[in-house]
Amino acid sequence: MAKVPIVLTINGERHEFLAEARKLLSDALREDCHLTGTHIGCEHGVCGACTVWIDGRPGRSCLTFAVQMQGHQVTTIEAIAQDGKLSALQQALHEEHGLQCGFCTPGIVMSCEAWLRDRPEPDEVAVRELLSGNLCRCTGYQNIVSAVLKAARQTRGA
Amino acid sequence: MKPAAFDYHRPQTLGEALELLAELGDEARPLAGGQSLVPMMNMRVARPEHLVDLNDLAELDFIGVTDRAVEIGAMTRHRAVEHSEPVTRSCPILPVVVHTIGHDAIRERGTLGGSLALADPSAQWPLLAVLLDARIELASQSGRRSVAAGAFFTGVFATAAEPGELVVAASFPKLAPGEGWGYRSFTRRLGDFAIVAAAATVSLGPAGRIETLRLTLSGVGDRPVRLDAVTDRFRGRALDAAELGRAVAAAVTLEDDAIAGAPFRRDLTEVLSTEAVNEAAQRARVR
Repeated sequence: MAKVPIVLTINGERHEFLAEARKLLSDALREDCHLTGTHIGCEHGVCGACTVWIDGRPGRSCLTFAVQMQGHQVTTIEAIAQDGKLSALQQALHEEHGLQCGFCTPGIVMSCEAWLRDRPEPDEVAVRELLSGNLCRCTGYQNIVSAVLKAARQTRGA
Repeated sequence: MKPAAFDYHRPQTLGEALELLAELGDEARPLAGGQSLVPMMNMRVARPEHLVDLNDLAELDFIGVTDRAVEIGAMTRHRAVEHSEPVTRSCPILPVVVHTIGHDAIRERGTLGGSLALADPSAQWPLLAVLLDARIELASQSGRRSVAAGAFFTGVFATAAEPGELVVAASFPKLAPGEGWGYRSFTRRLGDFAIVAAAATVSLGPAGRIETLRLTLSGVGDRPVRLDAVTDRFRGRALDAAELGRAVAAAVTLEDDAIAGAPFRRDLTEVLSTEAVNEAAQRARVR
């Protein structure tokens, strides 16, 4: 099938490339935009590793075609640390040992950062429910839950 | 897993979308939130020649509350319903059940219309639509019509929509004053499709006797199943939810499948029906 020109805005920067309409956003980010922080796990929306923000809201990049994102703002894990400084959640994941192999971590950060913006005082039950959308096969989740709660506490200055 | 090739269309108005669907016929699939269709395409279970992307159709993204009903546009995301205060006030069962769909990021993208049109027999929106006697509005180039939810779902992934017809909205009648509601489901993991789910509404009259009782189950057939033949027998009496649960479990037709055996589904049917009806009765106000 014919490739078409696709113009995306990712992390505020313009990316232009040729791709087929069937190209998933997850593949376009990694292969065409060379943003390899977004990881690809299951490719059917279950594992959460490829989660990015679409117009500021979390979405699975493996369930989105790159061509659909023309005219929208895509944000990836690469935009979360500012000037080399980790976000509160990234720092908390580091301190709480909330990652081991790190494969799921970008998706967890993208899911939780957006969620925490709307819920400054989450309880543990809600955090666990949120994390049901992101598979981690290393940590057993305990330390991820601790890190999310810690980041929320620190963000609200408690 | 990569989808097969397709031609991509991005209509800017409903009229354009309907024209494309009429012109492209069976080769085209409308693309709503993509949270079911795209996994199916990635697995190549679905291989549409043409995708008609509905995501620019802002006219299908709305929530309106009238005197009688909550009207929701087909491209309204689950998340919008989940967090809608007007919906919570006028039909509180909707946001609570919608919150159980998939995961947070899935609810950000998935839509009412996509879920209704797909007609997964285990999904929440079809269950709610059948429970609440919703009407589903369809549009095509030749006009509009609305179909009662009970007649819309015709089988596994099958609906009464004709070729060229698009689900554009659904209207959910509000709960009556004092009418209580309940929802129970069994999933192996949080966010999975339920093996069995039960949703109920109950209105109580003088002396706590049942005036109206609606119960709908998923996971016990090829579409959501309303148990009116059973629940009608319980009207005018004080509620005995345990007896009702047993009667419902005896009334459903079940077969073993790859997910669960029939005896397990029957047990779930009894327990979840009992609990959902109890929860609804607890929320109901005696008039």
